[in-house]
Amino acid sequence: MFYREAGQFKTTYAADMAVFPIRQDRIGLALILAVAFLVIPAFGGAFFIETMMIPFLVLSLAAIGLNLLTGYTGLLSLGSAGFMGVGAYACYKLDTYFPQVNILVWIVVSGLFSSAVGVLFGLPSLRIKGFYLVVATLAAQFFLEWAFARVPWLYNDNASGAIEVGTHTLFGVPVTGPNALPSTRYLVVLSLVTMLAWIASNITHGRIGRMWMAVRDMDIAAELIGIRLLPAKLLAFAVSSFYIGVAGALMVFLWFGSAEPEAFDINLSFQLLFIIIIGGLGSIVGAFFGAAVLHLLPIMLRAAPPLIGLRVQAATVEQLTDMLTGVLILAVLIVEPHGLAALWKTAKQKLRVWPFPY
Amino acid sequence: MKALKWALAAATALVCVAPALAEDSIYVPLFTYRTGPFGGSGTPIADGMHDYLNMLNERDGGIGGVKLVVDECETGYDTKKGLECYDSVKPKNPVLVNPWSTGITLALIPKASVDKIPILSMAYGLSAAARGDVFPWIFNPPVTYWDGASEILTYLGGGSIDGLKGKKVGYLYFDAAFGREALPFFQAEAKTAGFDLKLYPVAPADMQNQSAKWLDVRRDRPDFLVMYGWGAMNAAAIKEAVKANFPMDKFVSVWWPGDADASASGEGAKGFKELNWHGPGADYPAFADIKKLVIDPGKSQAQAGEFGSTLYDHGVYNSMLIAEAIAQAQKTTAKKVVTGEDVRRGFENLNLDPARLKAIGLEGFASPLKLTCADHNSHSATFVQEWDGAHWKKISAAIPSALDKVQPLIDAAAKSYAEKNAGWPTRSELCDNK
Repeated sequence: MFYREAGQFKTTYAADMAVFPIRQDRIGLALILAVAFLVIPAFGGAFFIETMMIPFLVLSLAAIGLNLLTGYTGLLSLGSAGFMGVGAYACYKLDTYFPQVNILVWIVVSGLFSSAVGVLFGLPSLRIKGFYLVVATLAAQFFLEWAFARVPWLYNDNASGAIEVGTHTLFGVPVTGPNALPSTRYLVVLSLVTMLAWIASNITHGRIGRMWMAVRDMDIAAELIGIRLLPAKLLAFAVSSFYIGVAGALMVFLWFGSAEPEAFDINLSFQLLFIIIIGGLGSIVGAFFGAAVLHLLPIMLRAAPPLIGLRVQAATVEQLTDMLTGVLILAVLIVEPHGLAALWKTAKQKLRVWPFPY
Repeated sequence: MKALKWALAAATALVCVAPALAEDSIYVPLFTYRTGPFGGSGTPIADGMHDYLNMLNERDGGIGGVKLVVDECETGYDTKKGLECYDSVKPKNPVLVNPWSTGITLALIPKASVDKIPILSMAYGLSAAARGDVFPWIFNPPVTYWDGASEILTYLGGGSIDGLKGKKVGYLYFDAAFGREALPFFQAEAKTAGFDLKLYPVAPADMQNQSAKWLDVRRDRPDFLVMYGWGAMNAAAIKEAVKANFPMDKFVSVWWPGDADASASGEGAKGFKELNWHGPGADYPAFADIKKLVIDPGKSQAQAGEFGSTLYDHGVYNSMLIAEAIAQAQKTTAKKVVTGEDVRRGFENLNLDPARLKAIGLEGFASPLKLTCADHNSHSATFVQEWDGAHWKKISAAIPSALDKVQPLIDAAAKSYAEKNAGWPTRSELCDNK
């Protein structure tokens, strides 16, 4: 009743082709951004911002990156954690050599290093796809993890074998390190994620995105209509790895504060893959949905028993959370195999004609 | 998006209603890992930590008359979850945290001085944290991995590392930060003492599949084999050693293999040795109290056979340090309800002499321990215990650490840590024993 475009006339082609053609959608988005930028930093508790929102945003960004590759271009990858690591270690090394440059510059630039590594490991994608490409990206994952642990130059010969993040400031306010307030770090992550998500949305709605989707749907047909496969696929690897690399740098610098090579193990790759499968392949908003389900849901489930006064052992809660999350994932995939983004789309469609569906 | 907003609202609600704690209690969170790939080792440790503190609550009504609120948070040995645990306990004013994972410890070290929450990483974590002047909030007693390496080599050399001259020593290690930390020490000693060092790194992914490494061991036939392993790696290594007919009495490990790791190999594991700093078994008055007040009434999660095992005892020792630091903090500050800052001072004035150990019912369990502002580790002597097929037997006298060789490594590591983390704070914290 309230959610329909009746009376909203488009007078230009640009308005007709807008990403959010319905006014209510634009208002909703503006509201969400207002809540995210103003309400949460002002009223959110430290635990909420630090443990729920920052990781949620970082995982969402990495999932957007993986979605560009897997969801939009149809190239399955299990190397995402390795590429996150490349971003993190590149940022760490750049910061060691040029500490006077602002850390935000390095966080973005480190994405380019991840991009380059991604292109390198994306080279086989012209000849192989599907499971074979999974194996190739798996090789990237194992090689990169090996390098993070075995190349002392990467971690500056630290006795602990880990990389550590010192304090950096932006306009005189600390943004990394123990003195940075959670809300400051949250705003930095949020700004970057918002900007990159907006760019990703524009890429996928434009020529490049259509090119990728053509490759995904049938690469021979795409080739026949004049899409050059190698540049298209390598571009997908480059852009996707850029996003994943920036997410990796954000993870270490604004969330963990230090990282061992084990932080970038294959489990993280799987987690990102689950996020985009549950959220919805080929959807930007799906990345956010998936990250919410896989990161926020377990935390809320863990907080539930003490809230209703139950005294349950910590380990039992953990097992229950794992089981419940698993069941929920299965349930979602049975109800909507294309993920939460498709469910969201259906809901919007239904809402549009409610209460008179015929 | 609406769903997301609702979720956010719900989450905010959840966070705001954290249960308020009573004023006259001390909050002690325990980070444990009963789940995940290392859960097998984590469970007895968690039970030991839990049971000792619960025993104090039951027997003495807490420490100094103040009840302890013991709260477990499950980390699964995962840094991400560890940080989540830290953030969830922080608002409840914990007097200290025990991360029980090197990764979590490293992530928390910079936060400790800002949040004023001391970190106790008992014989793991960052070895450089032994330097109290650089790391005023981090405590890693009673011994570091470098001390352990020097003590094992001293034992194998028959009282001195030089005794290994001309021998072949194998080093089987977990190929992550933990195992590699001791590597430079072994390499330096191999050069000075003149023994031949053979390296057998086990990648974390190959923990349970070490047959390739053991082929190398068979080929090299080292005179002694030293192990720095963790989790499933220990049990798998002992099994492989049995299969390879490696003489068990030449196989010495650092302090992490538990009873289950050795007993899994049955009779073959007889003679396996490991370093330890606290007495095997449960034949001490405090353990009798744990049995009577916690285990027998069914207030413990410990399985049969866990009580008195090496890892359970590690947990008890860890909790004993917590309790003693709190007691010392109460004594130093003359306050009943202490804060993180007070417990930090408590640790720095900790003096577990034989009289004190006797008073808390742990006479003979552990060797005396004294921490100061400068020394947060004490580099204690350890002894070697041997598996007799069912129990551990103490078979050596105390082996002191070769501190002259270990201290330079610690100093260099502390210096490098402070330099690489630009803006690392210089110590401004109060010191009671300058």
